[in-house]
Amino acid sequence: MDASRREQIDRLNKFLFKSTGLLTITLLGGIFLMLFSNSVLFFLDVSPVDFFTGSQWDPDTKYSFLPLLVSTFLVAVGSMIIAVPLGIFTAAYLSELAPRKVQMILKPIIEMLAAIPSVAIGFLGIVLVGPGLASIFGIQNGLNALNGAILLAVMALPTIVTISEDAINAVPKSHREASLALGANQWETLFRVTIPAASPGLIAAVMLGLGRALGETMTVLMATGNAAAIPEGFLDSVRTITATIAIEMGEVPYQTTHYYALFAIAAFLFLITLVVNFTGEYFANRLRKFHS
Amino acid sequence: MNTIKLRAENLNLSFGKKQILKNINIEFQENQVTSLIGPSGCGKSTLLRSFNRMHDLSPDAKIDGNLYLDDLDLYAKKNSVTDIRKRIGMVFQKPNPLPKSIYENLSYALHIHNYPKQEIPDLIEKALKESFLWDEVKDELKKPAVKLSGGQQQRLCIARTVVLRPEVILMDEPCSALDPISTKKIEDLILRLKKDFTIIIVTHNMQQAQRISDKVAFMYLGELIEYDTCHTIFNNPKNELTQHYIGGHFG
Repeated sequence: MDASRREQIDRLNKFLFKSTGLLTITLLGGIFLMLFSNSVLFFLDVSPVDFFTGSQWDPDTKYSFLPLLVSTFLVAVGSMIIAVPLGIFTAAYLSELAPRKVQMILKPIIEMLAAIPSVAIGFLGIVLVGPGLASIFGIQNGLNALNGAILLAVMALPTIVTISEDAINAVPKSHREASLALGANQWETLFRVTIPAASPGLIAAVMLGLGRALGETMTVLMATGNAAAIPEGFLDSVRTITATIAIEMGEVPYQTTHYYALFAIAAFLFLITLVVNFTGEYFANRLRKFHS
Repeated sequence: MNTIKLRAENLNLSFGKKQILKNINIEFQENQVTSLIGPSGCGKSTLLRSFNRMHDLSPDAKIDGNLYLDDLDLYAKKNSVTDIRKRIGMVFQKPNPLPKSIYENLSYALHIHNYPKQEIPDLIEKALKESFLWDEVKDELKKPAVKLSGGQQQRLCIARTVVLRPEVILMDEPCSALDPISTKKIEDLILRLKKDFTIIIVTHNMQQAQRISDKVAFMYLGELIEYDTCHTIFNNPKNELTQHYIGGHFG
């Protein structure tokens, strides 16, 4: 009697855990399906050629993905140009050169950057970085791609620093000793042995940082000026895919072409971040294998 | 022949509060193989590593006393640690090739020390030949060094040290991770290299010490107990501790 009761509870528990696991997968699959079924409806109205080649995003008439895509990449890649060297050098400094005390203080501070809400960072872009850029470059307002890139760099930094530091720490001490014993100094050892040995992990760090930058919404919406035209440079206002969806979704009439168009661009963003994240995970896994 | 190449005077070394080396005075002769023996934790590796200043990396290591290469004060502020390490090479316990190709493992140090580009291939060939490795790797110099066997990797590490033409080579139990055949090759190599270099080797293997050494230093609990010719240490040791250790009573 008692034993069969316990078995029942055991079975119930198994069922519960299995269903929570399945629920996660179902949710992901559901999001995927919703995005792609709505995108299909969009492409019934608008030809893919127009979608990929036009130069204007002008809801109700023209649905060109290009300005949004270029904007997104301009901001994201710009943020990586700032955050990658900064992040990797910070990580290298933390793990190779910093005294233990500095390390203990600096590491939690950098990790705390990740806890700042994106809306607060966007605020910083409007009141501080924007006006700053405007006065440096002598332009009317500083709400442009560069502003977004700078803010996203700040936001991607904790990810890049943390993962890069893990990667650099994982390089066996014996490599460093080998290099130093040959008369290399710390710099040569860092740049010619440690960083190359850590490179799979560093690539993972960059990819995950890039994934974060591509998907970020609130900050870019607040700080980049939201002009849906193909930008010519970093000082132009841009409108990213994420910002477009956030701005237009609230006002778009239900089940119109415009409505479906927003699903279509969301689906492409999903694909892009998926590829970027998979690449990052792939390299991160390779690093783990290499060191175990 | 009996030139003193390397010496330590009143060397005391501690990590934090723990004293590892106690007042060591020792001299190493040029073109000889000197073995440092003693039970684990007696400080022989620590002594070895103080000559090429590897303890610089440990912030809590405190060193007192004087170490000299010829007349060069190894710990004087004005002497650069990178030059010292170029003149005093080191081979580690576990083969530690850099994650690069065989060729790059040797060219790395040459580039760092600014050897002229056109001389590099010849220097590498010479060092690989001297390390009994050339015939085995000459056709696959671009192969990753980690693909070599353990014994080959260790000979590569020796070649990588030899290529810089150091004056002294420190070896920290270079055969402890190797099989007997690879060990034999390394021992042959050591005997041949002593013509050109002064070699100091830490070993746990008594037979090895007997086979390759000119002189042997026995250390115990951070002190240098006895230092004499290989023959005397193994056949007629003066100190009781040495006798017990050689006799296999502890260690």
